[in-house]
This record gives sequence, C-alpha cells and structure tokens, in this order.
Amino acid sequence: MAVQSGIYHQTYESDMQLRPTTAQRVRLILAIAFVLLLPFVVSQNEVRIVNKVMIAAIGAIGLNILVGYTGQISLGQGAFLGVGAYACGLLMVYFQVPWGLALIAAAFITAFVGALFGLPSLRLKGLYLAVATLAAQQIVEWIIIRWDPIDGTIDGRATDALKIPSAFLFGNTAWRLNDNENAFYYFVFVVLVVVVLGAVNLFRTHYGRAFIAIRDQDIAAEVMGVNLFYYKVLAFAISSFLVGLAGGLTTIHSTAISFERFTIEVSIAYLAMIIVGGLGSISGAIYGAAFIEILPEILRSIGQTLVQNRIVSDQVFVTVLPFVQQGTFGVLIILMLIVEPEGIRKLWSNIKDYFRLWPFSY
Amino acid sequence: MEFLSRFDRPYEAQRPPIHPLIIDKISLNFGGVRALNEISLRVDPSQIFAIIGPNGAGKTSLLNCINALYRPQEGRIMYGKVDLVKVPPHQLPRLGIARAFQNIELFSHMSVLDNLMLGRHIYMKKNLLQALLYWGAGQREEIEHRRFVEYVIDLLEIQGIRKAIVGSLSYGLQKRVELGRALSLNPTLILLDEPMAGMNTEEKEDMARYILDIREEWGITVVLIEHDMGVVMDISDQVAVLEFGRLIAVGKPEDVRSNPEVIRAYLGREHR
Repeated sequence: MAVQSGIYHQTYESDMQLRPTTAQRVRLILAIAFVLLLPFVVSQNEVRIVNKVMIAAIGAIGLNILVGYTGQISLGQGAFLGVGAYACGLLMVYFQVPWGLALIAAAFITAFVGALFGLPSLRLKGLYLAVATLAAQQIVEWIIIRWDPIDGTIDGRATDALKIPSAFLFGNTAWRLNDNENAFYYFVFVVLVVVVLGAVNLFRTHYGRAFIAIRDQDIAAEVMGVNLFYYKVLAFAISSFLVGLAGGLTTIHSTAISFERFTIEVSIAYLAMIIVGGLGSISGAIYGAAFIEILPEILRSIGQTLVQNRIVSDQVFVTVLPFVQQGTFGVLIILMLIVEPEGIRKLWSNIKDYFRLWPFSY
Repeated sequence: MEFLSRFDRPYEAQRPPIHPLIIDKISLNFGGVRALNEISLRVDPSQIFAIIGPNGAGKTSLLNCINALYRPQEGRIMYGKVDLVKVPPHQLPRLGIARAFQNIELFSHMSVLDNLMLGRHIYMKKNLLQALLYWGAGQREEIEHRRFVEYVIDLLEIQGIRKAIVGSLSYGLQKRVELGRALSLNPTLILLDEPMAGMNTEEKEDMARYILDIREEWGITVVLIEHDMGVVMDISDQVAVLEFGRLIAVGKPEDVRSNPEVIRAYLGREHR
C-alpha cells in the first residue's frame, strides 16, 4: 500500500489515529453526506436493496471477526442468524418486549449460543471445526422447522412462518420499520456505523491482536500469554453477537420470518461475502456484502429489461433465465477472485495506489 | 514527555522477580523413544546459558519442557516456587518466561509493532467495553505500552520497519523481531532457540551484541541453543552438552571445550 509521505507524528496518539490525513477525513465526511442523501435520490426498491446490504454487512463483519481474523472456520452463520431473528421475533410476539430491547436481547442470546458452539474449537481446527459448526446449522434449522411453539399464525391458521408485529421508530407510526424503507435505512445505518467503529477499535487493542495471533500462530500466541480457549470462545461470542444483531434486524425489517432465510446456503453466501470482499478486513466484509447482495438484483433487473423490450420471450424468462443468472453470478465470483485473490478490499486499495502514484508507477 | 530518555529503564517496572531455573531429573518419552533422560541443570539468574549438542540430541525438547509445551513424565522444573511442569503454557509469561522459536513463529500478517504489542498482552487490563470504545483509559493503556515497545524497537534498531508487515521482512530481520517480541514481555528468563541460525557474520555479531546487552542492562537470564561454536564459547557463562537425550557435560566454556567426552560426541572422534 502506498503511504503518503511528509506526515510527521509527534505523539503516539496521532500516530495511532485511524485517519491521520486531512484528505482521508474529507473523504469520510463526503461518504457520510452521500449516505445521508441517498434515499432522496434513488427509488424505494433500491433503498430496500441497500438496507439488505447493510444488514448483511453487519452479519459479514461478525463472520469475518471469527473466520477472517481469528481463523476459526464456521458453517453455522445461517443458524446464528436464525437464532438472532427468532429470538427477536419470539420476544416481540410472545413476551411483548419492545422491539429495541428484543433486538439487543437477541444479540446477547446469539452470543451465548455461538460461544456454546465455539467450545469444540479448543480441540478442533480448520475443516474439522467447520464440520462441528455444521452441526450447529443442522440443529438450529431442525428446531426452527420442527418445534411447533415457535410457529406463528397468519390469518387464524398455523404456519411455519412467524408473523412480526410492527416496530415503530421513536414510537412514530409513520416510521414503521417493517416496511418503511427510508426509516429503516437511517436506523440500520446508525447501527452499522456503531458496529464498524466497535469492530475497528477492537482490532486496535489487545483483544483483536490476540485474535489475529491465534490465526497466524496459535502456539506462539499461547507462549506469549494468550489464553487460547478464552479468546477462541470470546471470538465466537463477539462474532455471534453481531450475527445475532443482523438476524434481529432481518426480523424487524420483515412482516414475517421463516426458516428459508437461515439455511446452509445462507452460511455459504456469507462465507462468499467475506472471501470476495477480503478476509480479515472490516471494509472487506462491507464490500463483499454489497457484491453478493446487489449482483443478483442487477442480474434480475437485466433479465426484466430483456423481457420488457421483447428481446426474450416470457417462456425463456421463466425457464432459462434463472439458470443463466445463477451461472453468471458464479462466473463473476470466480473472475473476481482470479483478478484479486485477496478480495475487493485489495482491488480497491490497488486502484487507489495506482492513482496516488500516477504517473510514476513506483 | 513523549520520548523516553535513554537513561530511563522501563523494564524495571512491573517485572516479576528473577529466580534461578532448576531442572530436576526430568525425563521425556515419546512412545518408546526417550527424548530426555534424567536431565538435571541449574541456571543462575542473569547467566547466559548455552545448550549444545548434535541434531536430535533433545535440545529443543528441553526448551519445550521449560516452556510447558511438552510435559516430562518424570522430574520437576522449578522457577522460584513454581513447578513449570504443572503450569499451563499461557501462564508462563506471567512468571517472567519468554521464548523465541527456531523456525520463526511470528504473526506474519501483523505489523512489527503489533507483534511487539502482543508481547504486552499480559499487562493489558482494559475490559472489552473499553476496548470497543477505545476512549480514555483504554486508549491511554495502549499508548503506555506503545512506549515500552518503542524502547525495545530502539534497543534492537528496527525503527525503520516498525510498520512493515512481518511476513515481508528478510529472515535476519524476522529473527530480530522475534527477539523483540519476547523482550516486550519484559521477561526475567528468555529461551532462545538458535537465534543465529542462517545469519551472516554481521547479523550474528549484531544478535550476539543484543543478547549481551539484554543480559547486562536488563539482567535477564538467557538460555540459548546455538550451533555456532565461536559464538557459544564467546558469550556463554555456562555450557551444557546433550547427546541422545543425555546430559554429557556442563560447565564453563573452556572446560567443556576440553572435555574428551564432548570432543568425542559433539566435535567428532577425529578432531585434533
């Protein structure tokens, strides 16, 4: 990474800042202004997609703390999202807990469940641990599908889906988070900012360093005084806390939830997010979440445009297009990784370096 | 205020007390293989103590036993009042014991600074909430430990690479960073496994100078494994010779050098 020269720090505080240069701060302010103005520029459907991206980003940051930073592979992401979503929903439906409290409680409950399923990490590493977390995925999915008390009723008959009561922001009935995309947008943006700040700070301190040390050389970390068991379980708990938060947000963003959103495919999609975005990076998790969430939407809208302009028939649209879309999706992910195996984050920093050094490439 | 004067001695604060290291008849078996056979040694405080011997003699196994990574089936290793055989490895830094490995085991994706800051891990007291906020006391603690780490960076003359990613550094520099990471623990006993392997003469001289410095200035006990006889005979106070898991000689370098058993086992029968 190219580093700007001519910056002389006189205190450790300034040397340890996240954004030491004025240019970086201006960029940050511009980015925030862009985010605040976005809903006034784009359509409701596009705001809905951005909302999904932000929820996924919170979940992906959580997963990246576990997989990218601490090196503990987890296939249980979908399950932990489900725990968060159902914990939040059930608290709201059966215990009339206010949605804000239910959301935070859901995150803590998921952190506890995650820590529980993280216990095998003391003895299991790599793929073996992945299989252990797969058990979490199966157990939770099974409970959600089979356990009747958590089924909801819609229009008087029992269904697998859980109907979610309204959640009003600041008690204002105009700001119903379940379907008012703009209200949800600003709410989830604030949550995302808090999560990003917390996660970035975590890796400026001994907690984060211990996580990375466990990933890079666990025996050396232990010899340096890191209690492997404690920090591995803590990584599971912190990661699951954020994943549970993302699950809870999914609930509040919906009118009903069901098991389909928390399957093993979701786990794999989240792994794809952090790999495409950049393992061991907070910004990478956000880029990856945007890539994996937005790409299918773009492909879908291209398909619809083709049908509307009579380039393909309705028949083709229904039978062929889904497969073409999925194929394109896969090919784009592979291309992405061939171009830059370290993910979008690295690609972006390469582009920035190119222009920073232009016209002298070194 | 931001700069440590060179007369400051930050290592004198917060350090656990120094003790002699007493290895009492330890034996280590791997299945049917006897890797260490009733080894007894005493390392006095602030000594440079070298362990030599042919490949496979059990030198690294002995360090691993001291480091609590291996558990000898028999015997005790006393550091002060504590039997290291019964202590979990992550507790050792709190007793003042640090280790640098033979095959560099740094955290290769972290910067030099972060590697050294990990050495301060055991002294960090802030809770998770303070860490997430990184405000006030949490930030002050990081800065306080950054000062100590900068002192180690100055000592080892690695100022220019403090923000470099460790994996991108040369072998010689990585060895130096690994010594720095162990020093950041502010230990009283440091275990060095072949600190000079694969280095050129100049790098070896530097490393020897650092080892002598930390003993003279910090008063650290150094236990090292090394194959370069010139260095070993030059800087050590005591030398122990292992062969096939047995201790065949221990004493001052000049005595060990002239010990016929050592000449036979280590330097070869034909040696003149």
